[in-house]
Parts: sequence; C-alpha cells; structure tokens
Amino acid sequence: MSVPLTLLGLLEREPSHGYDLKRDYDAFFGRGKPLPFGQVYSTLSRLARDGKVVISDVAPGSGPDRKRYIITDLGATEVEQWLTQPVDPEPHLQTVLFAKVVLALMLDRPAAEYLDTQRRAHLHRMRELTEIKRAGSLVDALLADHGLYHLEADLRWIEMTGARLDALRKEVRS
Amino acid sequence: MSVVIEARDVTFAFGQTPALRGASVAVDAGEILAIMGPSGSGKSTLLHCLAGILVPDSGEILFDGIRVHAMAETQRSSLRRDRFGFVFQFGQLVPELTAVENVALPLLLSGVRRSQALPKARAWFARLGLDGLEHRRSGELSGGQAQRVALARGLVAEPQVLFADEPTGALDSLTGEQVMDLLVGTAREQGTTVILVTHEPRIAAYADREVMVRDGRVNAPDRIAS
Repeated sequence: MSVPLTLLGLLEREPSHGYDLKRDYDAFFGRGKPLPFGQVYSTLSRLARDGKVVISDVAPGSGPDRKRYIITDLGATEVEQWLTQPVDPEPHLQTVLFAKVVLALMLDRPAAEYLDTQRRAHLHRMRELTEIKRAGSLVDALLADHGLYHLEADLRWIEMTGARLDALRKEVRS
Repeated sequence: MSVVIEARDVTFAFGQTPALRGASVAVDAGEILAIMGPSGSGKSTLLHCLAGILVPDSGEILFDGIRVHAMAETQRSSLRRDRFGFVFQFGQLVPELTAVENVALPLLLSGVRRSQALPKARAWFARLGLDGLEHRRSGELSGGQAQRVALARGLVAEPQVLFADEPTGALDSLTGEQVMDLLVGTAREQGTTVILVTHEPRIAAYADREVMVRDGRVNAPDRIAS
C-alpha cells in the first residue's frame, strides 16, 4: 500500500487536517493496522516539501496538529497518474489495487476503466507466461503455471469487484 | 495483417431480451481472438452472429468481403460448411458414427468422396495423439479424446475461420490446456483464424488478443477496418 499516494488521494477529495486523514485512512485502508500519527505527519511534511500539498491555515489552540493540508496541481497529477496506470501484474497486488478502486469510487473516477486496464495488463502477462509454457520444458511450464494461477486469482477478484462497483460506490460515498 | 471477419454495430434480441446492443469487432487473418465476458454478456451470441448461425437484427457481418448478414439461409449454410469450422463445449460428435467418420463428416458433406475423405480424416489422429481410436464411437472416448476428435473435425476441411465456443468448458484443467495447445498449434500451422469464446483467463491467454463483451457491447478497445 502506498501511504503517500493514498493520503494524497484522500486530500483530493477535500482539504483535511492530519487527524482527519489518519481517521479516514484507518477506516478505509487500515484494516486492523492503523497508521501511526508519526507516519502521517512525516508523510505530510515530505509531501509539502515536494510541493504536492500546501498548508492552508493553522487553527489556533488544540495542539500541534491543527494544520490543514490542500493538494496542489502537482499532487493531483501524481494521483491521476497512479490511478490510471496498471499495477505490475504480480502476486499480492491486491492491497494497491484495492486502494485504487476505493479511492477512485470516492473521487468519482471511472473505477471500471481502471479495472479494465488492469485486466488487460494481467492478460498480457498471462499470454507471455503461456508462450513460455508452450515453448519450454515441463519445469518451465510448472513455474509459468504458478504465475498463471496467481494472476487468474487476481482476475477473478477484478471481475467480482467490477460486478460490485455500484454497491461499493454507495458504501464509500455514504 | 488484413481483416478477414468483422461485426459492425450488431444488435440481436431473443424475443424482447436484447443480447447484443451495438457490438463491433474485427479479426485479422490468422489471428487468434478470445471473446471474454461474464455469463449472459452476449459473447456466444456474438460468435453465432459472426459465424452466420444467427442473423443480426441490425448491423453488419462481413467475411472476406461477403455481406453475411444479407445472405439467405442456404447460402449461409454453404458458407459455414465450406469456409468455417466449429468446436463446441461438448464435442457434439454424432454417436452413431465412428471417430474417423465424425472427423470426415465436413468433407463428406462438402461432396468429397468417402475414399478420399476417410484417409484425410485418419491423418489427423496421429497429429492430435489419437492413434488407435479411429473406430471408437463417442461413448467409448474420454472427454479429452472426444474434444480432440471434435477439434480434428473442425479443422479437417482447412477452414478459413475456426469458431470455438468454450471448447474446454467440460474438461479438467490439464486436459483443457492440452486441447488448447493442439488447437493453437494446428491453427498457427495452417494459418487458420480462430475466434474463441471463453470465460476462463487461462484459456484466453492462448489467444493473440482478447476483447471483453459486457451488456451486449464489446468493451475493450478494438480496431474497425476502414
């Protein structure tokens, strides 16, 4: 899971304080592994240093975390590029793809198109592995099969998620 | 590569239920195309329209410059017999005939003499690892053997286009992949165009390219011949 890009995505939805960002991150993406406050603020500092967010105002009073962060054009472009590019097809990509789908729905972006792009990238890799299998030895085939079955499992997840997008959209935007 | 077969903005409904809502796809000569999509998406209906089995309600089917959608049933029947081959999910072999007679069937129906058709059919048995099974009937063949016989029958007349509708759907994974390996290998040797309907990504991965059918439309970017 890319924490900086996920926080940027949440900021594209609306300007937020660090505390609110942590709360939303934990609710949607934490899945039992809450983001430490220290990581939230260090990530936001780096994003500010790199010109991807700016601090809009500092509310007086309640502690050190009252800075409100706003995404910049540079940050928004980075989110856009991240969402539209397929993830390298390899096992265990679900956490990244999961974050992309949820954020895309939150931001009213075309999540179905992103899933289609990912499906094409997966099938392209599956074709490469199938050619290795057809041209190679039985040991090559065994190794290629391992990759093929994992990619197929990802594709089933993509299909199922695609079929549930309308319901998911309602849930994450409620 | 030149386009050999194409659907342009095809619609088709079963009664009041639309199955295709403006589907377009173009397939190059010698290309192996996988048509994917969930159950009920219209992928088999699209294959049946391309093959001249169904006539679209609107839109065009073009094969090698021929306007298939405008042909009479008898002409489409000749086209299917002489230029196309078919493999379906369940081999659909004729149970009264032996395996070699099943393979020879397309040749016999095209008017080739039995004395010429049977040796030509027999040659496919070695090619597809079916030696010794020539005189068995379909009930005496395993699922994988029956599907290889069906594949031989689909290819024996050297069709320009082979239509394969879930050709491995009734087979276990290993047997299914063996059938696909033979299908792709022989199609490439012969330069046969293959249009393959499947919902299995591992089977679609044998194709050169895939398109997705959803709600009666072809979703993936595709080329339309100008």
